[in-house]
Amino acid sequence: MKKHRVEKTYKEINEKIKKRKAVVVTAEEIIDIVEKKGKVAAARQVDVVTTGTFSPMCSSGAFLNFGHTSPRIRASKVWLNDVAAYAGIAAVDCYIGATQVVDGDPLNSVHPGEFNYGGGHVIEDLVAGNAVRMRLESYGTDCYPARKYEKNVTLQDLRDSILFNPRNAYQNYNCAINLSDRIIYTYMGVLRPRMANATYATSGQLSPLFNDPWFKTIGIGTRVFLGGAQGYVVWPGTQHTFNVMRGKDGIPRESAGTLAVIGDLKEMSPDWLVGASMLGYGVSLYVGIGIPIPVLNEEIAGYTAVKDEDIYTQIIDYGVDYPSGAPKSLGEVSYKDLRSGEIKINGEKIPTAPMSSYYKARNIANILKEWIEKGEFLLGESQQQIPSGSS
Amino acid sequence: MENNYSKKVVIRYSAEIVDQPITYHLVKDFDLSFNIMRARVLPKREGLLVLDLSGTKENFDKAIRYLKKSGLKVEPLSKSVTQNTDRCVHCGSCLAFCPTGALYIDKKDMQVLFDVEKCNGCEMCVKACPVRAMEIDLI
Repeated sequence: MKKHRVEKTYKEINEKIKKRKAVVVTAEEIIDIVEKKGKVAAARQVDVVTTGTFSPMCSSGAFLNFGHTSPRIRASKVWLNDVAAYAGIAAVDCYIGATQVVDGDPLNSVHPGEFNYGGGHVIEDLVAGNAVRMRLESYGTDCYPARKYEKNVTLQDLRDSILFNPRNAYQNYNCAINLSDRIIYTYMGVLRPRMANATYATSGQLSPLFNDPWFKTIGIGTRVFLGGAQGYVVWPGTQHTFNVMRGKDGIPRESAGTLAVIGDLKEMSPDWLVGASMLGYGVSLYVGIGIPIPVLNEEIAGYTAVKDEDIYTQIIDYGVDYPSGAPKSLGEVSYKDLRSGEIKINGEKIPTAPMSSYYKARNIANILKEWIEKGEFLLGESQQQIPSGSS
Repeated sequence: MENNYSKKVVIRYSAEIVDQPITYHLVKDFDLSFNIMRARVLPKREGLLVLDLSGTKENFDKAIRYLKKSGLKVEPLSKSVTQNTDRCVHCGSCLAFCPTGALYIDKKDMQVLFDVEKCNGCEMCVKACPVRAMEIDLI
């Protein structure tokens, strides 16, 4: 195993954070530091690099326990503002999922549907402190006799509320184009026919998992910024994979790792959890996530210095290939080009549009930096590595 | 004469004057050139025109006075189309469907900005913005 010239431990860095002496920079700021001084000097100077991402992230939702009613009810069906929550958990527990559309929505019957309200919006309403109409139905039991219950509730009225997102923070994602002859409405936004535009997600060089491509620091137990509060990485996300094409420093060139994250919804803010309506597709939730990366050695300093020009993704046709279930790469493009507003495919210039907010991602990295500098946020040491295919 | 002034305006007709040849007068009497960006003019109903007018400033002002005197409501387009900056998350997905480049990203601080002078009032952003940050009142 390669010996590092700089070796730091979580404990040492946390001691510095407590004394407010930790040197913290964002994933954008570290780029220059490593370029000018080199990895070793950067690793000596910097203790933590903060990252951020803010994007519609399906596979998000919240476990809610609304407390026992009088008389008691064993809720078998639950609605919040007419959005169905999954109630098959326990008497007064449910899970409100981000992509559940409000009952009675016309969906895509008039295409493209607007999808004005759904689970993501319920979560945003709750964290904004708005009252939400809760409706429960049951069949009645000896111990839980009530069959119906209805009440306006706010987040503070709920006994427990846990944001638990099974798949967030995708490590890379497709660049979407449309080769068909008609305009299409997808979760990657509006795609005009005959390759007239391209959309992409992820915040590139600021995105958490591009800064730790082999999951050397981000693991189960890592403390993170989640929805404006402190949360945790609890598992590899669903669809997590690591056997992928890789480029410089092992950076995935296609979608790869994901994270399952958890946190207390009551501490979160509507600035970082925002309901999304995707025209013609459905509803989702914008989630803000920031992950601190401890610069334990020069190898990790090197990973965090990743730049948009070194990060590539695959161009996929959402007109025919993707919906048919047989997506194939039509070429590769860098995030530098994607963010420039224009890419070239087969010599043709195509305007690009992001789905993720780079502006908000940068804000998150800066907030996390501030929290750590002030000693309010300590690093959570990974208790178990997330599978990454690395030694 | 120098055509140095250009502005997008929303003109609202009442049902009584919807049959008058307003745009004809704009050209004939005030020497303005116009580009119809949007029009909904139905017989005996309220109507709406979004015009990109250009000509001299003097003639433009005269024309607006004429329109108002004729009983029409005239407003700059910027009053009807607004970006709710409290709501906008600056994701930039609007760049995919805004046909005129009125919605764009400031490359420096990466915020989504709205240039109403480029907007043609197509209203695509009203339904396609995932957080409903665009507000248009063109009814």
